[in-house]
Amino acid sequence: MSRFVCPGCEYVYDEAAGDPREGFPPGTAWGEVPDDWCCPDCGVREKVDFQATAQESRS
Amino acid sequence: MAVAAEDTGTIPEGSTGQWKDKKRYLWLIGLVVPSLAFLAVGMREFTGWGGWLWIGPVVILVIVPAIDLIAGLDRSNPPDDVIEALENDRYYRWITYLYLPIQYIGFVGAFWFIAKGDLSLVDKIGLAVSIGCVGGIGINTAHELGHKKESHERWLSKVALAQSFYGHFYIEHNRGHHVRVATPEDPASSRVGESFYRFWPRTVWGSLKSAWNLEKKRYARRNQHPFRLGNDVLNAWLMSAVLWAAMIIAFGVGVLPFLIIQAVVGFSLLEVVNYMEHYGMLRQRTGPDGTGRYERVDPSHSWNSNNIATNVLLYHLQRHSDHHANPTRRYQTLRDFEESPVLPTGYAGMIVLALVPPVWRRVMDRRVLTHFGGDISRANIQPGKRGKVLARYAGTVS
Repeated sequence: MSRFVCPGCEYVYDEAAGDPREGFPPGTAWGEVPDDWCCPDCGVREKVDFQATAQESRS
Repeated sequence: MAVAAEDTGTIPEGSTGQWKDKKRYLWLIGLVVPSLAFLAVGMREFTGWGGWLWIGPVVILVIVPAIDLIAGLDRSNPPDDVIEALENDRYYRWITYLYLPIQYIGFVGAFWFIAKGDLSLVDKIGLAVSIGCVGGIGINTAHELGHKKESHERWLSKVALAQSFYGHFYIEHNRGHHVRVATPEDPASSRVGESFYRFWPRTVWGSLKSAWNLEKKRYARRNQHPFRLGNDVLNAWLMSAVLWAAMIIAFGVGVLPFLIIQAVVGFSLLEVVNYMEHYGMLRQRTGPDGTGRYERVDPSHSWNSNNIATNVLLYHLQRHSDHHANPTRRYQTLRDFEESPVLPTGYAGMIVLALVPPVWRRVMDRRVLTHFGGDISRANIQPGKRGKVLARYAGTVS
């Protein structure tokens, strides 16, 4: 499971945790997140801008 | 650097060890706005003159623009190495929280006065308009709070919006406007040739529709219908419904027209500020054929102002370019960028211009043209007026 960080505001999408509020249950792969999905915290960066982080999921 | 400082006992050039925020205590002036309700009612009682009840629009349209012209500009930016400490200094956020109790005590007090005071109809309308101004500037407080990651600040944001029944702004602004800013798709980005009166219905209705669709889409991803309490548009509206119902139960149904007046004044004040923030600005599309994504938002896509009076009253809202680049950044750390387009005066004074469309266009269209290096076709133009606007500015290089 990987983690992806918003380069604008440091919001992290963790595949293991998902983001249930946004409609992505725990375990939702990054590939399943729609391309037009924007960072829920800053609204500036879209999915394509997110960067994979070296750090693996904690769970 | 640090070693050199120790050696000489002085602070090296460019170091910011002694930097102090000169605006630290000026931010408290923002609390004058919600206090206007008390001033209006108190001075009316003290002098017996109903004109005091109109203090809200007088302050915003006359007094603040005048102070802006006299007090001038403040271009100071906090240096990079103090930004984190400044951001974490809780004093600044408490000032924004404090707006709310003053706003709502004034709101309830004003409606008590409308219902029980010996006011003429004109007096009542004046007080409702003044309360609307407090609510409108309250939307600015909600704006500051709604961008933050802390859940209690997001909740307070919706509380601040309850008065003006504009709770959907919390969703639309953060998830709609910020994503599509300075594009033809954004209802809250105004276009060259579009007057404020034409912009008003487009942004009011378009923002509401967009907010609803954003929440609907969020629930659709979970295969759920959007009619539930977790829907941030619905729960924010519910707060307004409860507040307004409480006012009607306490003071009678006669206060309803004044609730509506203050709400319309409040959200119109927000929308007139929206009108000036991105007038004519357009993000170009990327890709060889110009059909790709929109270029990323940069400082050139927002109108700014360094007029200190409006900046202090609106928590640096006029440092709008930095805000759009870094929406979660707190007001006290927002910076001025040299390359941002600048309005001729503060937002407050520009409201007066926006209310008179021919004056607005005379002042602003030329500035949009200059901003695009004389090529007006790169601006966001009102579709029906494109031919006319292009013809007028064809070949004019400023």
